[in-house]
Amino acid sequence: MSWNISRGVLITCLVLFGLLVFVPLTGSKYLIDLSTEIMVYALFALSLNVIIGFSGNVSFGHAAYFAIGGYANAILLTTYGWPLIFAFPAAIILSALAAAFVAYFCTRLTDIYFAMLTLAFSMLVWAIAFKWRSVTGGDDGFVGVTVPSFIDGRVPFFYFTLIIVTASIIILWLICHSAFGQTLIAVRENLTRAGFIGVNTRMMRGIAFVIAGAFAGVAGAIFAMYNRGVYTESAFWAESAQVLIMTLLGGMYSFFGPAIGAATLYILERFANEYTEYWPTVLGLILLVIVLVLPEGLVGLAKRLKERLFLGGGQ
Amino acid sequence: MSVLETRDLTIDFGGFVAINNVEFSLENREKHAIIGPNGAGKTTFFNLITGHLVPTKGSVKFKDDIITGLAPHKIVKRGLARSFQRINIFPKMTVFENIQTSLIARDNKHFNFFSSGSAQNREDTIELLELVGLESEKAEIAGELSYGKQKQLELAIALAENPSVLLLDEPTAGMSPQETKVAIKLVDEITKLRGLTLLFTEHDMSVVFGIADRISVLHHGEIIASGTPENVRSDPEVRRVYLGEADDATT
Repeated sequence: MSWNISRGVLITCLVLFGLLVFVPLTGSKYLIDLSTEIMVYALFALSLNVIIGFSGNVSFGHAAYFAIGGYANAILLTTYGWPLIFAFPAAIILSALAAAFVAYFCTRLTDIYFAMLTLAFSMLVWAIAFKWRSVTGGDDGFVGVTVPSFIDGRVPFFYFTLIIVTASIIILWLICHSAFGQTLIAVRENLTRAGFIGVNTRMMRGIAFVIAGAFAGVAGAIFAMYNRGVYTESAFWAESAQVLIMTLLGGMYSFFGPAIGAATLYILERFANEYTEYWPTVLGLILLVIVLVLPEGLVGLAKRLKERLFLGGGQ
Repeated sequence: MSVLETRDLTIDFGGFVAINNVEFSLENREKHAIIGPNGAGKTTFFNLITGHLVPTKGSVKFKDDIITGLAPHKIVKRGLARSFQRINIFPKMTVFENIQTSLIARDNKHFNFFSSGSAQNREDTIELLELVGLESEKAEIAGELSYGKQKQLELAIALAENPSVLLLDEPTAGMSPQETKVAIKLVDEITKLRGLTLLFTEHDMSVVFGIADRISVLHHGEIIASGTPENVRSDPEVRRVYLGEADDATT
């Protein structure tokens, strides 16, 4: 079974993985934390792109599944004392089930109606997290998450994140480049015609939504342990908007684009916060640039530059 | 033996009856043309048969089953495929991927999560591209092909589902006379090669009378005549509402 991955992409991934493995050796707490957070958001953004870039729908409520994964993992670990090996998969399954429930309704719709319904469901999740104080801690957040001793510590947790995120990205890559993934692109490209080649387009979009929800759940479950807590903000629409911007910034028509977008936006936010308190303004400007000049994100820009250089060299 | 039959087929778009009590039958292995002036309801009729629209009343029978109200993808799986009057392809995919994906869907491999998409059906894809004469364009982005080539791709996508009955909605619309000739020859050959039953709409009367075994005339959502080309050509009602000028122009 031959998988088609360009050599450049493969080498970049391997080099990046190699560099990440050595990050803890620098001994920089800042760098280790930053890398852990970026990995989580990269996975979160890549999961959203299964809906956006591959199935062709926009979700304004993807934070819901990140939050469900986070809360479920935190509550099962802490309140119920489950071992990680059960709590973590259970959290992912719960995220996937929630996504399946929402997908059942959303996939009846397309375009803006689809997007608004995902937003509505995510606000419902947010409201539950906010109001169900006895279980979720309400607006104080769910704090003091029990983290298993083998990953309790900056460096072991970094490696735990690296392994889970890498495995998740490999699985996502395989799915997105499988027969399913290719058909999903056809669904994105032309919903009507995809139906007329014998594809149940609603089912395809639904499954894409569930896969996206499950991997957002993985990211959320890791993040809950990393922060030793989960807060209602993680389900809020602003969180959904942020991951959407990451995806668009990186480029939705490329598999790895959203991960690049996540890293870029995360680092920009760090820097911006050091110099200004107007991060939302900066974010607004970034969004403006994406919409006006970078419709295919940073990856699209890189492609254009490469083409120009290539053509320039040939002349 | 009829493979496709409509009974009392009607669709009412909020007071405008686009298709009115149509009784139609398509015989196995015939080449049947539907003609009629613009707005007669030809495309709507196709949309009703293929599940794109649900009729207000009446039924569609395909082979031995009633298929009224089934989703398009279920109807396709029974062996009834169609092409569209306006180009309806997967524009950002390559020509090769357009066909490959259609074949993945034909073989029900689209829920296959862990086998490489690009490794599927490579030989069948090339075979089909050769059949419609697109093998040299296989690496091109479908949306960037010339109009005529996109029409050929449109046909190839429909053929990829391996249908027993093929519905072509204006297969030569927008083509130059030269392109029309090539396209019609291709359709004719493939129909013979695969033993297909063909139902098509067409505005070019020379094409219609050149290849159709039977012709039905649709006017204001009703079939006003149906029969062999000779019968239809001499039908006074048909001559009055539609054929008169067109016939003079093409013969």
